[in-house]
Amino acid sequence: MLKISNLTKRFGGLAAVNNVSVEFPANQVNAIIGPNGAGKSTFFNLVAGAMPPSEGKIEYQGMDITGMAPDRIARLGVARTFQTTMLFDQSTVLDNLIVGHRLRTQSRLWDVIINSKRLRDEEKKCRSRAAEVLDFVGLSHIGHRYIADISQEERKRVAFALAMATDPELVLLDEPAGGINPEETENLADLIRKMVKHGITVCLIEHKMDMIMSLADKIMVLDHGEKIAEGTPEQIKNDPVVIEAYLGSEQDVEA
Amino acid sequence: MDRLMNFLVSPVLKWALLVLAVVFPLISDNEYHIYVMATAFIWAIAVYGMNIITGYCGQLNLAHGGFFAIGAYVVAILTVDHEWAFWPAFIAAGLAGAIFGFLVGVVSLRLKEHYFAIFTLCVGFIIYLLLEKWEELTHGSLGIINIAPPEGFGLVDFTETVPFYYLVLAFLVLSVWLVSRLSRSLLGRTFLAIRISDDLAQSLGINLMRNKVLAFVLSTVYAASAGALYAGVVRFIGPAEADVVHTFDMITYLLVGGIGTLMGPLLGTLAITWLTQMLQSLEEYRMIIFGPMLVILVIFFPRGIVGGFLTWRGRRLANKASQQGQDGKSQTTVNTPSTPNADKQEAGNNA
Repeated sequence: MLKISNLTKRFGGLAAVNNVSVEFPANQVNAIIGPNGAGKSTFFNLVAGAMPPSEGKIEYQGMDITGMAPDRIARLGVARTFQTTMLFDQSTVLDNLIVGHRLRTQSRLWDVIINSKRLRDEEKKCRSRAAEVLDFVGLSHIGHRYIADISQEERKRVAFALAMATDPELVLLDEPAGGINPEETENLADLIRKMVKHGITVCLIEHKMDMIMSLADKIMVLDHGEKIAEGTPEQIKNDPVVIEAYLGSEQDVEA
Repeated sequence: MDRLMNFLVSPVLKWALLVLAVVFPLISDNEYHIYVMATAFIWAIAVYGMNIITGYCGQLNLAHGGFFAIGAYVVAILTVDHEWAFWPAFIAAGLAGAIFGFLVGVVSLRLKEHYFAIFTLCVGFIIYLLLEKWEELTHGSLGIINIAPPEGFGLVDFTETVPFYYLVLAFLVLSVWLVSRLSRSLLGRTFLAIRISDDLAQSLGINLMRNKVLAFVLSTVYAASAGALYAGVVRFIGPAEADVVHTFDMITYLLVGGIGTLMGPLLGTLAITWLTQMLQSLEEYRMIIFGPMLVILVIFFPRGIVGGFLTWRGRRLANKASQQGQDGKSQTTVNTPSTPNADKQEAGNNA
């Protein structure tokens, strides 16, 4: 699904992502973990095209998407959510989702001026897609509520729904469980499983280890921009290098 | 209360406003008032343009007054120095707005947020300097007099206040109509997504540059057309039309009325214009009243008069729908109460 080769991103002298090669297979949950500042978000930004890599290659479904503009990558079927959910507070949940399907439509200014049939059809399509994804994330009952009036967990779900409205095949979730309680985290994990069941490949960054270990099929560990481990949750749990990165080595303790 | 609330967003009110605007010259026997109203309508058209790029698309364009002046100068130069008739010059002004808007937009929209605002502030000042210093073209600081009025083809005389009032009203209605279409269309939603965040919009597959430039060009066409009408009524213009003060006036109209709302630009422009008229005896001291009024407004109604009303109404409707949902909890499709309201909501956002 996603094949990364020798990916590097330098900011001045600092390599935020350094020579990372990894492959994320389709139809499963791939997790990226690592201490703060390990380069996880930068890695996502590179994959989504939000910034061009300094070196390396990104292939999505066999297609080279290195350096491609983010909106084009989105149209190819890569959706993402952000660490801080960005939604339009002064508008309803359903209204927020309608634009999600915009990238699958063609209407231009002229269609707006003459109120063309194409525009009306596409608006209907976007509206029904919005209702569908709202149902998918289990929030149909709050479609009419203002974003400003819903809970943090609901906002996260709306952000998921917005990503889903783009008809993605690969979804990048940046800390989906940040700032929500354990019970809600479990519900969100269920939602992520449901996405995979519907044929979507998920890549996520997360700090909550319980969630990752029960959810992920494959984990990549980054530290100081470098890949220090990859494998199943079982392998990662017992990897001495990972343990050292997270807890510090015995030598550090002695020193 | 509910009845009043619904009336305020119903199309009936819009028709009532229109009828009121149409009969205004008949009930007002004061020609000066009609003139003030007509010029307020012209500014409102420009403010609608600003609302597209700043209100919907979220890019604070401080060169807006400059584009207004470009429209006015195109009409002035073409009718006075080249003896064009008003209407061809008017179309040329709109085109000039589009072309300059495109050129400035392509460069300036590469910048984000306050960098964009500062850059366009400079663009506005450069336009002002060009108008003042390029004497061969613009007559310099003397300005241009005897601009041709819109010709009425022997049917009406637009140098008279009342016919001109109706002409401007027609353009205003056209402007509002187009924005209302735009704001509830997919294109308007695309602009709104950019307003939330560039990154979010891009992740939704929206081409930032193309949509921002489109919004920018639309706004400059509005500004230039308004400027062209202004030249046609005032018939004397100078470089002061490009003064940044006009841009900030328009921002004030937008904030008072409600940024990013459909009726906000009109209400804000009319409210401030008439308040200014009423406080004219105070001269510059009227700022003592304006200042605190704006502060209070920004604190308590950050979305302006119309925006504040819409938020209040939206909450009310949402709460009501939630209550209905709770009353009929046995309903499995919780969607039922929200769907009809969602349609109303859309209409509400366009009030």
